[in-house]
This record gives sequence, structure tokens and C-alpha cells, in this order.
Amino acid sequence: MARVVVDVMLKPEILDPQGKAVAQALPRLGFDGITAVRQGKRFELEVDGEVTEERLAQIRGAAETLLSNPVIEDFTVRVEEA
Amino acid sequence: MRVGVVTFPGSLDDVDARRAVAVAGGEPMRLWHADEDLRYVDAVVLPGGFSYGDYLRAGAIARFAPVMSSVVQAARGGTPVLGICNGFQVLCESHLLPGALIRNDHRKFVCRDQELVIENSTTAWTGGYAAGQHLVVPLKNGEGGYVADDVTLDRLEGEGRVVARYVGQNPNGSYRSIAGVSNERGNVVGLMPHPEHAVEELTGPTTDGLAFFTSVLRATVDA
Repeated sequence: MARVVVDVMLKPEILDPQGKAVAQALPRLGFDGITAVRQGKRFELEVDGEVTEERLAQIRGAAETLLSNPVIEDFTVRVEEA
Repeated sequence: MRVGVVTFPGSLDDVDARRAVAVAGGEPMRLWHADEDLRYVDAVVLPGGFSYGDYLRAGAIARFAPVMSSVVQAARGGTPVLGICNGFQVLCESHLLPGALIRNDHRKFVCRDQELVIENSTTAWTGGYAAGQHLVVPLKNGEGGYVADDVTLDRLEGEGRVVARYVGQNPNGSYRSIAGVSNERGNVVGLMPHPEHAVEELTGPTTDGLAFFTSVLRATVDA
């Protein structure tokens, strides 16, 4: 079993109201020095067997089709070492 | 004239949409998300609500419901399709319409009677309006901010595909105050406000929304 992690983030030019709300809450709680927050999503995919190039290509396809919306989001795919 | 209204798990406004079709003089048909076929309807409405709990992204899972393959195919063939609110989100996720809808810039759910101006009265769903006509219909959304890149926005404006725009204060941060857009052919329209809640004096702020539903009846009779 291996784990593939897909991180999805809003594109930089798309407004992130949730991240902004978090950024505004931090100094209120005394966490200073953080100038901006962007909030994204992390998907952990458990993969049966070895993570081949073919399997990774398949996962990229899934990330592009379902896990992210390419109109507003970017994604990265990486294999997490056990 | 049969207008199918799709019910997804989590749809809220399917009953009002069917009622609006009936008030307009059409025959509303129920379509279920798990249906494969469209039961020979002449037009389709994707209603508002929170399909699949808005999990992942609003409309992202509904877009892959079995019925949507048929809706996408019919839309490409010219069948009129109207997506209202969550239905608009589903149409964007399906790539039948460009752009996407994100959380309101002020982060609060907005629910109010909203003034709109109809900019394109040549689509299948807006033929009963005059270009420049103002209407007031309910607006209720948490993720109603319409976004697209500048190239896409310029193209939409250039091709007259901005169907409706918000008048006055922008209620949700939509780029260029866009409330609704259409595809190139004008048979597919996505709209964030809710015309189906403004078809009867007893329950709506106005009856300004009714013409969306009478327009499509006329459009399909003429076609």
C-alpha cells in the first residue's frame, strides 16, 4: 500500500474569503507576523500496490477531473513515503 | 411542452421550479439524479439547493450524476437548459458554461430581493424580456461569486453572453456584477438569482421571474 497526496489550492488570482477570515482571526488570538493565509484542500489517496508512472498519470487525471476545478484551482500530486 | 426538473440529493428548489413551469403553462416532469434518460422532455431545469451537501465543491459531484451525461448531451444538441443557483454551479462544473462560482466575498450567506437587469433577451430562457429590462427576484446564496479570467469575461461581454447583471450593490462579489451567463448558442443559461420564486403574487416579491419559463415554452414551440 502506498499513499499519494493531492494538494489543491485556489489559483493566486482567485479571491479566497476563507483564508482571509483565518488571516484576520490570527492576530486577534495573538499570533502575530502572519501576513496572509490561503486555504486549500489535501486529499490522501491510498493506492493498491506500487505507484507506477501509469498509476500517477491516472491520479493526475482524477485530480484534474474531480478533485480540482482547473478553472479556479491548481493541484500538485506527490507520493508519500511510508 | 414538457420541462424536466432534476432532483439531486440535496436539491431544495425543485418543487418551486416545477410549479413555475406549471404556472407558465408547461408540463413539469420530475427527473431523478440516478435516471439515465431524460424522458423525452423538451427542456431541462437544474434547480437550486445543496446537491450532495456541496461536498468537494458546489456542483462538483452532481456533475457526475448519471442524469448529467444525458443533460450534457442534450444541451450540446440544442435542448434548452436552465441552471439556477446550485444548477448554475453544476453547469459550470460540467463545462457547459465558462467560469466558476466561489464563496461570497463578504463570507455571509445572502438572502434578499435582488434587482437585476436583463442584458441578453435572445436566449431560449430570456426571449420574453426586453434587453435592458429591470426585474426583482429573490437571491439566496453562500457561494454565488461568479469568477472567470479576464479573457473569458471579455469574450462573454463581447459575444453578448452576459444574460443578467446585478443592479446596485454587488451582492456576492461576482466579477463585473454578473448574475447569469449563457453558452454560445444561447440554449444553456446559468443564473444565480431565483426566478422560480417570483412567479406568483401570493409568495413572490414580484412575478418578474415568470418570463424565464414562458420564454422557453415559446422558444421550443418556435424551434
